[in-house]
Parts: sequence; structure tokens; C-alpha cells
Amino acid sequence: MARRGFEHFAHDADIGVRGYGPSKEAAFEEAARALTAVVTEPEQVRPERAVTIACRAPDDAMLLCDWLNALVLAMAEEGLLFGRFEVHIEGDTLTATAWGEPLDRSRHAPAVEVKGATLTALRVGREPDGTWVAQCVVDV
Amino acid sequence: MNPARFTRVDATTWRLEPHGAMQVPAVIYADEGLLRAMDDKVGEQLANVASLPGIVDAAYALPDAHWGYGFPIGGVAAFDATAAGVISAGGVGFDISCGVRTMLTDLGSEEIEPLKESLADALLATVPAGLGGKGGIRLDETELDAMLLGGAVWAVARGWGEPEDLIRIEEGGRMAGAEPAAVSAAAKRRQRAEMGTLGSGNHYLEVQAVAEILDPATAEGFGLERGRIVVTIHCGSRGLGHQIGTDYLREMALAAEPAGIALPDRELACARIASELGQRYLGAMRAGINCALANREIIGQLARQVFTRLFGSGGRLRLLFDVSHNTCKLERHRCADGVERELHVHRKGATRALGPGDPSLPEALRPWGQPVLIGGSMGTGSWVLAGCERGRAFASAVHGAGRSLSRHQALRQWNGRQIVDELASHGILVRSHSLRGVAEEAPGAYKDVDAVVAAAEAAGLARRVARLRPVICIKG
Repeated sequence: MARRGFEHFAHDADIGVRGYGPSKEAAFEEAARALTAVVTEPEQVRPERAVTIACRAPDDAMLLCDWLNALVLAMAEEGLLFGRFEVHIEGDTLTATAWGEPLDRSRHAPAVEVKGATLTALRVGREPDGTWVAQCVVDV
Repeated sequence: MNPARFTRVDATTWRLEPHGAMQVPAVIYADEGLLRAMDDKVGEQLANVASLPGIVDAAYALPDAHWGYGFPIGGVAAFDATAAGVISAGGVGFDISCGVRTMLTDLGSEEIEPLKESLADALLATVPAGLGGKGGIRLDETELDAMLLGGAVWAVARGWGEPEDLIRIEEGGRMAGAEPAAVSAAAKRRQRAEMGTLGSGNHYLEVQAVAEILDPATAEGFGLERGRIVVTIHCGSRGLGHQIGTDYLREMALAAEPAGIALPDRELACARIASELGQRYLGAMRAGINCALANREIIGQLARQVFTRLFGSGGRLRLLFDVSHNTCKLERHRCADGVERELHVHRKGATRALGPGDPSLPEALRPWGQPVLIGGSMGTGSWVLAGCERGRAFASAVHGAGRSLSRHQALRQWNGRQIVDELASHGILVRSHSLRGVAEEAPGAYKDVDAVVAAAEAAGLARRVARLRPVICIKG
């Protein structure tokens, strides 16, 4: 039976983010939670503001990279953190809503800033038990 | 990594002969202990780099090498544009021109002792650090482009630096050939509030004391004497550089195959130097270098304000040198076949290390060679090295200790408060907006920097001049 959740995996200098779930969309949503968890606990982020994101890429792996980088950019430009995500993927196009709030240094105690999602250990695929996995290393 | 995979040339040189798609050998400079501690991926990545078109002589990894993004971090590779050579966004990295500067004071360590707490607090309050730390400088579109063209020269002209700093910054403080138009609007927006900020992760501002002198003549030439206080800053091109890396890594990954470049791995994304994309990236990357040079100049000026406020004229800070360790630069080198060529030298986590007599060094430093500034960890110390007469790896040396444990492993082993208290008991004051960030940067998560610089010296990459002991660390 397909699992759902996220985890980090080790990289010499930085950190890997991995989301998994019963669908590709769920795996992308969980990978985004893993991205937030590099900075702070996703549960600590209040869904006060919604940001819509759209990206298009020639394959699933690049689409994941684009999705995470769109979030990194929104976090950097607007000073936001996100805790909740809803992703739709149709063909080569992703549309999503991310809910979050402005970074509060005392409450979120941010560990580190994410510079960007990389093509390293980048993979979107399906495990034998049907679970979708979406992962890559992020530079911090 | 298993040393048996390599031919041992001497005590610190390991060579992998070309096989498969490799155009040139892979060479690792390290002692056996450091080589064994490296991840197998360093060897795999180095072999991949050695297979890229137009690579010259060898793909090099230095004693602090670790697994990076396509290219190993602590790696050097040079490409010949006239031999269909390539430029790689991953070979420069996300933090374009990340680097280190060290500034000298006239203060002895005993002079700052009574004001140490106030100095630490004032530096934390003055230098924006960590995620969410915004700078006080806002640039409109015209000024941002002027900064991208002018680098530290621009910062000095606006009063955020001293004119005498400039000859002690690589490229005289301004990287020529920058093209602000090649930098995306998103990258520029990302930089809006980030001028003069340290950033986070392994970035820092440290007040250090000269703890040990290994080369007295060079140390004197550099203005370093035992017990003297110096200030060292480690940071880069902030959001602008990160976004340039993101933008061009994607574009190069998608354009490589149509351009006839077979990538052993997508993360080696690159473009021919002579192509429109290659030239556009060079223009954007050079603008990123200027952003980093301006950023470190501004932070240096913020540190000056604090030192002058607390110590009066005795708190004057003079720049020893400013080096960048994530760059690609066009340089002239004599290659292994004896021919001099213009090469695009990628240094990813590697410091340029010009030897004594190099004409591009300022006169005061020329007899000694270029200062090579090496960050360790906040608990152990840092090093000042100098370039060697006949440098190796296209005149390159190490850039830092390199991690031995991942952030994930570090978090499981330490907590930030415990590290701050433990270091305080050793006389090191750590100030940070993030205790989790402190835990991730725990001294125990880094390799032994003393072993790394000893191997760099043994390999003839650079020679040891002085060891610096941390006194105050402002963690980004």
C-alpha cells in the first residue's frame, strides 16, 4: 500500500529532500513540506496567505525541480514560509497553491536559507508498492 | 573512497587514467587519510568532469573535496574555448563568487578582551545575518545594474568601503565583462533587500586572533603577528547569485543535448563557451561575481563602523585580501604539453593561489604570493596560506575544511545551546539568530582543517603562513 510523508537524506555539503505519496501530486506536495522542513517545522507555519504557482517542464524530474525552485523564489522574494500545498499536474504542466505566512524569526527559528533545488539525486518515480517518490538535493 | 582505484604518484597525488568517456585523467591531491574519508561520489563526479568536451590537462580535486553538484566541491577544471570547451553553471555553483576576506587590526587579543561581549553584540546587531536578516541598502533598477557592473568599486564609490581596499580584492574589486541584461528579473528582485547581508549556512563573520606563525617572513609581509586580532568574513552573492545558478542550470540542462553535448549526468549541465548561451552565462556569472565583491565590501565597512565605535582609531580595519572560491575565470596557463593557452578555469570550492612575483598581485604582496584564506569551523580555527612558486591545478588551492557529517547527522548529535555554551567555556563567543543553524554547523561536523591545509602544503598547492583562532563568531 502506498505511503505518504517526507524525509531528508544526507549529502556531503547540503541536504536532500524526499516526498512520497499515493500519487505524483502527493509526492510533490510532500517534497515541498520537506523543503520547508529544511528551514523550520512545517507544522509551525500558519496558512495565512495563499500563493499560486504554475510551471511547465519537458519531464517529471525537471518539473519537480521547477516546482521547488518556484517555492524557493517565492520564499526569498516575499519573505514567506509555506506549510500547506495543493498540487495539480496535467501532462507537462503543474499548477499549485501554497499556503503560508511571513517568516517570524522568533517563532520559526529558521535554521538555514535554501539557495536552490539542484539536479543532483533528482528523481521522480514509482516504487514497487505503488508509492510515488519525488526527491532532489537542495543547496543551502 | 578506496585508494586502490587510483595510481599513487606521490604521498599526496592520486591519479585515475582516462577510461570510457574520460578525455583526460582525474587527479586528487590529498593524503591517504583524507582520500579514504572522501565519498566515492567524489571520484565518480571527477571522472564525469574529465569526460566533458574541451577539458585541458586533468580534472582536479583538492584535499577538502566532497560530493557536489555534477562537479565535486573542492574541484578545479579548465576548458579551452577553441577546442569546443564548455562552461558549466554547476561547476561554478549556486553561490557565485562565495569567498573570504580577512581584515587586519592594530589590536592585540588582550585589548579586545574587556569589550568582547559588547563587540559580539554590536556585530550581531550591525551585520544582518541568517535567514530573514535584511540589509539597510535598497537599490533601484539603475543602481542594481551599476552594482552588477562595478562590484566593490561601485561600493567604494557609494561610501560603503575604502579606496585602498580595491587592489587587495581579486580583479581589483571589479570583474570585467559583466552583463546585467543577462541576469533575470527574478534574480534582481531576489537581491532587493540583500545587499550587505551575510546569509546563512556556513557563512560567518569572525573575530580571530593569530595563534601560530609558520612562515615568519611571509606573515610579516602580510601584516600578521602572533596575538594580533583580525576579522574574517565568509559570504557570497546572496539571492542574486543563487537565482543565476538556478536559471542557467536549468537552461543548460535542457540545451545540452540539442547542442550535441552528451552529458554523463544531467547535473553536469553545461554549454559551449563559444555559444550564445555560454556567453550569456559568462556575462551573468560575472555580474554575480561583482555582486559578491560588493557584498563583502559593504559587510567589511559595517564591521569597520563597529570597531571604530568601540576602539576609536585603534579599531581601524585594513584589508589583507579578498578571495572568491566559486568562479569561472579566463586565465592564461602553460599546459602540460608546454603550450600557453587562454583557459576558462572553473574553481568550485577552490581558491585561486597565485605564486610570488605574479604581476597581478599588489606590489606589497608580490614578494610573498597571494594570501589564500581558509575557513575552518567556529570551534577549531582558520588558516592563512600563500600561493606557491609553481602552483598546481592551474594555480589553485583548497577553500575550507569541508564537512565530515551531513547537516542531518549533525542535528542528531548536537543542539545549538550546548555548542554555544561549550565554545563560551573555551573563550569563543558565538552569536546567531538560529540555534538550529549553530547545531548544523557544529565544529565536530567538519573535517580537521589542520589536516586539510597540511595536505595542501605537502601537495605544493599553497604554503602555510598562520593559523587563526576564533574569538567571536557571528553565524549566518
